[in-house]
Amino acid sequence: MPVAIAIAALVLGSIAFHLFSPWWQTPIASNWGSIDSALDITLWICAIAFVSLNLFMAYALLRFHHKPGNRAHYEPENASLEKRLTFWTAIGIAGMLAPGLAAWSKYVNVPKDAAIVEAVGQQWQWAFRFPGPDGVLGTAAVKHMTPDNPFGLNPLDPFGRDDILVEGNELHLPAGKPVKMVLRSKDVLHDFYVPEFRAKMDLVPGIVTYFWMTPTVPGKYEILCAELCGIGHHEMRGTVIVEPPRQFAAWLSQQSTFGQIMAQASPTSLTALLANANGCIAPAENRGIY
Amino acid sequence: MATTIADDLKPLHHPKTWIGKYVWSQDHKVIAIQYSLTAIGIGLVALVLSVLMRLQLGFPGAFPAIQPENYLQFVSMHGMIMVVYLLTALLLGGFGNYLIPLMVGARDMVFPFVNMLSYWVYLLSVIVLVSGFFVPGGPTGAGWTLYPPQAISEGTPGHQWGIVTMLASLAIFIIAFTMGGLNYVTTVLQARTRGMTLMRMPLSVWGIFTASIMGLLAFPALFVAAIMMMLDHLAGTSFFMPAMQSMGQATRTVGGSPILFQHLFWFFGHPEVYIVALPAFGIVSDLISVHARKNIFGYRMMVWAIVIIGALSFLVWAHHMYVSGMNPYFGFFFATSTLVIAIPTAIKVYNWLLTLWRGDIHLRVPMLFAIAFIFTFIHGGLTGLFLGNVSVDVPLSDTFFVVAHFHMVMGVSPILVIFGAIYHWYPKITGRMWNETLGKIHFWITFLGVYVIYLPMHYLGILGVPRRYYALGETAFIPHSAHVANEVISLAAFVVFAGQFIFFYNMIWSYFRGPKADPNPWGAASLEWQTPDTPPKHGNWGPKLPVVYRWAYDYSVPGHARDFIPQNEPPA
Repeated sequence: MPVAIAIAALVLGSIAFHLFSPWWQTPIASNWGSIDSALDITLWICAIAFVSLNLFMAYALLRFHHKPGNRAHYEPENASLEKRLTFWTAIGIAGMLAPGLAAWSKYVNVPKDAAIVEAVGQQWQWAFRFPGPDGVLGTAAVKHMTPDNPFGLNPLDPFGRDDILVEGNELHLPAGKPVKMVLRSKDVLHDFYVPEFRAKMDLVPGIVTYFWMTPTVPGKYEILCAELCGIGHHEMRGTVIVEPPRQFAAWLSQQSTFGQIMAQASPTSLTALLANANGCIAPAENRGIY
Repeated sequence: MATTIADDLKPLHHPKTWIGKYVWSQDHKVIAIQYSLTAIGIGLVALVLSVLMRLQLGFPGAFPAIQPENYLQFVSMHGMIMVVYLLTALLLGGFGNYLIPLMVGARDMVFPFVNMLSYWVYLLSVIVLVSGFFVPGGPTGAGWTLYPPQAISEGTPGHQWGIVTMLASLAIFIIAFTMGGLNYVTTVLQARTRGMTLMRMPLSVWGIFTASIMGLLAFPALFVAAIMMMLDHLAGTSFFMPAMQSMGQATRTVGGSPILFQHLFWFFGHPEVYIVALPAFGIVSDLISVHARKNIFGYRMMVWAIVIIGALSFLVWAHHMYVSGMNPYFGFFFATSTLVIAIPTAIKVYNWLLTLWRGDIHLRVPMLFAIAFIFTFIHGGLTGLFLGNVSVDVPLSDTFFVVAHFHMVMGVSPILVIFGAIYHWYPKITGRMWNETLGKIHFWITFLGVYVIYLPMHYLGILGVPRRYYALGETAFIPHSAHVANEVISLAAFVVFAGQFIFFYNMIWSYFRGPKADPNPWGAASLEWQTPDTPPKHGNWGPKLPVVYRWAYDYSVPGHARDFIPQNEPPA
């Protein structure tokens, strides 16, 4: 008997908790309202199932708990009831799946006009790269990485010369413009996660991953690493500042390009940098994916 | 009735010494107890680790002995122990061993020697696992998922030796499981007594049987992944290791795929969820039916649901990898297959509820746990739909929401079933009865406590609080109230932790001092309650095997004076 009351109380308590708890999604700052709507629809369908199934159970326990002289009803199965339940469950499932898949098809189809920005992760910091005026990121590989070339850009790839390199964990993005975030890890798995953007994706060493979004609300947001990457995982933080395009352009113009950095490098450093570069640009490297 | 070959007791080789009876035992019941006690023992280690984690999460900085590396080691060992060494071992090695022969009317497993070997190899795997705590650098802190490159790279605790003991232990465990699993499957197929058709078996057997087949198909993926990672680590291969840096230095690896490991891991890992869940589904069906004095509603549908869930569970693994960087177009397929699996699962829930409907429900302790399971499983199952629904998973993955979801659905739910099952079969296993009041206190602390722990955790996850964080630190979007929630969750966890000792006290005290139990205290119809002795002796059935005339669910049949008819009672 108390268990029936407890089940009902837990259901009502959960509803109250949902209504009054101070924790819900952060205010959205990207175009991914469709993900939030899919979540809301999923929540509503699941909430209806949660409340009705558990209240049904509480009622059954209340009504049919043992009293002297009681005897259970004998009914091995009821095919038509089972069919109806299956049907309505399938409807509910389809109701959540459709908006979920619709949002996903937007998520995987990057708009053609999306600007490319690269985020590079390593234990336990972030760096960023913009493609520069040519709009193409130069190829990069681990073998090119030296202290003066932490991004591992191929020094012989002309597309890389104008790439704008940003170290120090702070990324700026223009508001209102779609961005394809291209992700690369130098060492282990990481994950580029800004709660306000809703989107996230792992950084995987050896391959280049991506997602896209349009930051919509200017402001300062925290980048977290969302894939366990060792003892400093919880401290792998960065900042992304979304600002009006004019301010963004001003900020971008103050950053150095790979060409500028190479021009300032010492001769020994340049020798080291070129030591691993071969004459031709390997076609299999990253460009095809961009 | 004529005596058949199966009635012959001689091939059983009754043990002659104490060691033969209790240590190198080939009796499935003794092996079941050995498996269970070992699993619960190592489970206690995992329980203590969870308390240490909650100390850190609830009160960051208050315990300087817990450093980031320690925290990650607690996380990793807790997860692996709970999933593999406790839940899998206890539900299959423990309950599978005890229940299968008794429920299908066999004298023992068909390969008793292999069965014995299975336990001792399992024990070895546990010892190797525990040795990880004592090797230089301590156990692995790579998370229970052991993702490379991180698991074998600098910056991860235990990347040198801890990962070796973990991988070796897993490989040994899989050998043990294979010996046990082949036994369970063969026994169900070959050693059922006369009249025990497949469609008369209790759902517990169906759940354990299907889970064993799944284990035999899924564990090899983990086995090869463990061997390949071991080679990457010790022999310098590059199965999972791409060209990369480690602490700023280029490694010598080239060309491997970290995502390949994730596919192998989850090809095992997702069926593993159901390897744990299906035995729990089966057992809870029987508990509900017995204590509601009503046949399980829609038995045939329940059997098919178990089989369909088992089959579909091999087609959903990449829903753990929506944001892993695999080809994103896979998301469409895996979201669909994942949500489709919810249909047979929902049918199971409906049928449990419809079994209660118009029943004669006795709210004894095992039934209370079964009811609590229905509640937590509904909760955990529904939150799984959020995570399966691909785009909804994107903001939620790797947050506390995931932690809350999988603890509800495959931590709390199966453990509630295990508690219910222990209370339910304890009188048969020991011949004594536990204390009802202590059982109820244990129930209320556990059931209400876990909800206080996990309900708020979902909301922290929706807020965006990431998982596997040693400390949240000063993070702008995480308000002070979230830190308070973490404290409350920790306090609730400590209460639930303490409450478990009531259970252990009750079980141990009752074993020695409990009142003598009735051979069939719940009035159950299935075969294990009809043994000539309680506890059943070696060979289970005395001189004659039972003959089965009906299914396991003849409760409250109209026209019968008693409200149950044992499976071996001939038709009038």
